[in-house]
Amino acid sequence: MSKLSNNKVADYAWGYFMIAPTIIGLIILNVWPLIQTAYLSLCKFTGFDQPKFIGLGNFIKLFHDKEVIQAVYNTLAYTVIAVPIGVLLSLIIAVLLNSNIKGKTVYRTLYFLPVVSTPAAVAMVWKWLMNYDYGLINYVLSKIGIHGPNWISDPHFVLASLIIVGIWSSLGYNMVILLAGLQEIPTTYYEAASIDGAGAVKKFFSITIPMVSPTLFFVVITTMISSLQVFDLIFMMIGTSNPALPNVQSLVFLFYKYSFMIYNKGYGSAIAILLFIIIMIFTLIQLKYQKKWVHYE
Amino acid sequence: MNRGKINSKIIIHVVLIIGSFIMVLPFLWMFLTSVKTLSESMQMPPIIIPKSFRWQNYVDVWNLLPFAKFYINTFAMVFFRIVFAIVFSSMAAYAFARIKFPGRDMLFMIVLIQMMIPSQLFVIPQYLLVSKLGWLNTIKALVVPGFVSAFGTFLLRQFFLTLPSELEEAAILDGCNRWQIYWKIAMPLAKSGMAALGIFTALFAWKDLMWPMVVNMSIEKMPLSAGLASLQGQYSTNYPQLMAGSLYAIIPMIILFIIFQKQFIQGIATTGSKS
Repeated sequence: MSKLSNNKVADYAWGYFMIAPTIIGLIILNVWPLIQTAYLSLCKFTGFDQPKFIGLGNFIKLFHDKEVIQAVYNTLAYTVIAVPIGVLLSLIIAVLLNSNIKGKTVYRTLYFLPVVSTPAAVAMVWKWLMNYDYGLINYVLSKIGIHGPNWISDPHFVLASLIIVGIWSSLGYNMVILLAGLQEIPTTYYEAASIDGAGAVKKFFSITIPMVSPTLFFVVITTMISSLQVFDLIFMMIGTSNPALPNVQSLVFLFYKYSFMIYNKGYGSAIAILLFIIIMIFTLIQLKYQKKWVHYE
Repeated sequence: MNRGKINSKIIIHVVLIIGSFIMVLPFLWMFLTSVKTLSESMQMPPIIIPKSFRWQNYVDVWNLLPFAKFYINTFAMVFFRIVFAIVFSSMAAYAFARIKFPGRDMLFMIVLIQMMIPSQLFVIPQYLLVSKLGWLNTIKALVVPGFVSAFGTFLLRQFFLTLPSELEEAAILDGCNRWQIYWKIAMPLAKSGMAALGIFTALFAWKDLMWPMVVNMSIEKMPLSAGLASLQGQYSTNYPQLMAGSLYAIIPMIILFIIFQKQFIQGIATTGSKS
């Protein structure tokens, strides 16, 4: 140990040297940009001229902007519906895969395929499957006597379509994390419960759920944060010229639109700040609420 | 085995097979559409398997857009992001985990902050920076946000924290300095962490759409994701070609996944349990 403390100065030097690239990089690429975005949100700024300070103007406009209010609603609706359904489905598949059955690896691979696929490609094939005239889905529906809707451009269905594809895309990812959590539960717990005469349902709620709750919590938080940032699927599947776009465009979509399509980077920055505040509120609610259902050993 | 158990296994398989079918069907349809003629793709009732496979769609779409360039750009972006993530993150992760120095915890906060803040808050200033450097429409622009990885630093720090300190003490008695310990002892022990980080970095870069669209508007400098977006923008109704293009964009990653399946699954499972 004495040798360790003799080398203190050398240790300090190595410590600073080894973190230097990362810390300098983070300051240039993240800390400073964060300050800039906060400042730009208080400015009129197209990106071509100098930012002009206008105080809270962008934020005042934000709260009166029907498009923004609709986007907040869309983002929240997407998250509130897609997260519980998506996580529940992933949990069901994970529990089924955790049972003693053959072909686990094959199933896991198949469920995981969407995770390794580019959202741009995924969005296009779903757009095709959901095509009103030539889509496979409406054809199958017509066979059972249902006249399928215009999934992509009917304002009443477009959000549901996005949710379906969103869940389909992330199911495998969450399933793998949950499966790892399930595998850590000692089998002796289940054996003991069997001896006490507990059935499958009882075991699920009194052993599986509490034991996997920390993993479940992680999955809920990460899925929630990424759902609040939904963008790729909207951009690729719905598209900018779609009449139903207002019923589905998210805050990140609006951020992109204002910042890089109509060059109002000040307003875009204000939208980004609003998104950040919403994500923080959701995360804090989750962190507060977790004590009620998450069991740490 | 009793009858109840066999029945429940059958039910589990049925549910999993239906689920698998839903997961795979879009890929199957992507392929089947990609080998149809335009008119075959728009027939009702749909033709499931076309009489002859029209591979020409793959040639046509390859000639329509510079797919070879998309591949090169994507591979270059992924490669450099992985190198940076692994080299810089592992150095920082080792220092944060194993070396005591003044201000360490405060500096680590910077890493945590980056992880907690949505990336959209960085995009405009990062774009302005890249633009000021004159890097728009270059491979460098694609690599910029991956120059450092807070996530990688965090992930590898978790690995290094679990190393027994006896190993280091013995190495110090042998006269090794910190760099040698990091390079010769810690790094080889964190191989699975590196693999996980490499996979995550590749997957994230591969799937990223907004950043490439923001910095590289020139078609010659786009990665696959942005290239697909422009393909759809220009040829939005020719689904056989769009599907052929989509397959070009997903096949390399699917092959990588099938080869490194174990590492993929372990890497992703790790992030869940190490939280």
